[in-house]
Amino acid sequence: MSTAHAPLPTTASNSAAVPSTTTESIVFQPTAQQAYLMRLGDTCLIHAQRLAEWSGHAPVLEEDIALTNLALDLVGQARALLTHVGAQAGFDEDQLAFLRNERDFRNMTLAELPGRKAGRDFADAVVRNLLLAAWMNVLWAKLESSSDAETAAIAGKAVKESRYHVAHAADWVVRLGDGTDESTRRMRQAVARLWPYTAELFETDAIDAAAAESGLGPLRVALQAEWLAIVEPVFAEAGLEIPAASAFRSTGSRGAHSEHMGYLLAEMQTLQRSFPGGVW
Amino acid sequence: MSALIAPSPRVAHAWRVLHEVLDPEVPAISVTDLGIVRDVIEHDDALEVVVTPTYSGCPATEVIEQAISEAIVAAGLGPARVTRRRAPAWTTDWITPEGREKLRAYGIAPPGSCASEATASNVQPIRLMARDVACPRCGSAQTERLSAFGSTACKSLYRCIACREPFEHFKAL
Repeated sequence: MSTAHAPLPTTASNSAAVPSTTTESIVFQPTAQQAYLMRLGDTCLIHAQRLAEWSGHAPVLEEDIALTNLALDLVGQARALLTHVGAQAGFDEDQLAFLRNERDFRNMTLAELPGRKAGRDFADAVVRNLLLAAWMNVLWAKLESSSDAETAAIAGKAVKESRYHVAHAADWVVRLGDGTDESTRRMRQAVARLWPYTAELFETDAIDAAAAESGLGPLRVALQAEWLAIVEPVFAEAGLEIPAASAFRSTGSRGAHSEHMGYLLAEMQTLQRSFPGGVW
Repeated sequence: MSALIAPSPRVAHAWRVLHEVLDPEVPAISVTDLGIVRDVIEHDDALEVVVTPTYSGCPATEVIEQAISEAIVAAGLGPARVTRRRAPAWTTDWITPEGREKLRAYGIAPPGSCASEATASNVQPIRLMARDVACPRCGSAQTERLSAFGSTACKSLYRCIACREPFEHFKAL
């Protein structure tokens, strides 16, 4: 350590003279209908961000390409929903993605959990891909008959993409779940870690009730049977057991996130916050 | 485009121009071969080209819209306005027979019909799906899939067991 540095000035007048280099956050207070769509849009966006972390790190080249292609579809779906909701509130997609604070994100907590760091591994990515792709597939299919024409149009495209995502994830769940002793062990650990977060996918609150009432979209609880009908046979073929239900409830969809979310947003938002208004 | 009313010379010319605008990611086929141009409408102030995107996250969408606009203007048919129509969603069934032949000649196996695709209720692991993807080079049906995803969102990677050549397959969507 050098001792040549003078102590930094800490008086209030000096620190006030330093210009801020970050962008101010936006405050977006959505209606119930908008919040309903943001839950799905944010889940697509945050899931995509986690998948993108695998770029250059997946166990084989083909899967590296696959995970980033899945992320690309999810970013596209998120863009469509954020643009649609933002247009009603005077924000564009970039403002909603990069300038909201953590509490204003409404993604399912499952999407934000670490993918490849903090003791997680590829098995976590594989299991989460199936759990979320199946959930989105069922939800998109129901949103095809949304009373909101734009939402229905977005769903009409996304449901086809999610079908391919489910098939691809199912392939890997079976391959690793019914693979070697080591892959089976890791898959069981991943299932045990992630399964408790699936309860949130089927909770119902006032926002869902308002959406169901208006015909915008289904209650989350209405997705569970069809979701299980996709997940259960894959788990069975993979030799994986579905864990017993627990009392744990994650709360990302209500804006209260896990300890991992802040780090994710710091990385995702840094460019836009450092270079306000920057575009490609 | 209505089949009952003959298009104006300007609109007919625009369709011919669009037939030469290539997909930047699959430069073998044009935007009309791909089936993403849904309509060309003449307005008082501009010529409107209605486009349906292929994949939600396709990074070529903006580039394609720009290329369409520039081509219309370059042909003296402008000003042009490109608008997006999401519904009904684009399907590979809209790729024209001519487009499919161009894909094959370019070395990309064209997509099969979507009618036989899996639905939400009978999703299965991909490896269990029977796929009849013929090699675009030798025509053999003895092929195997190497990767579910390829160089772009719309393609997967195959190998021909007969002639040993790897090739890309335009996924049915």
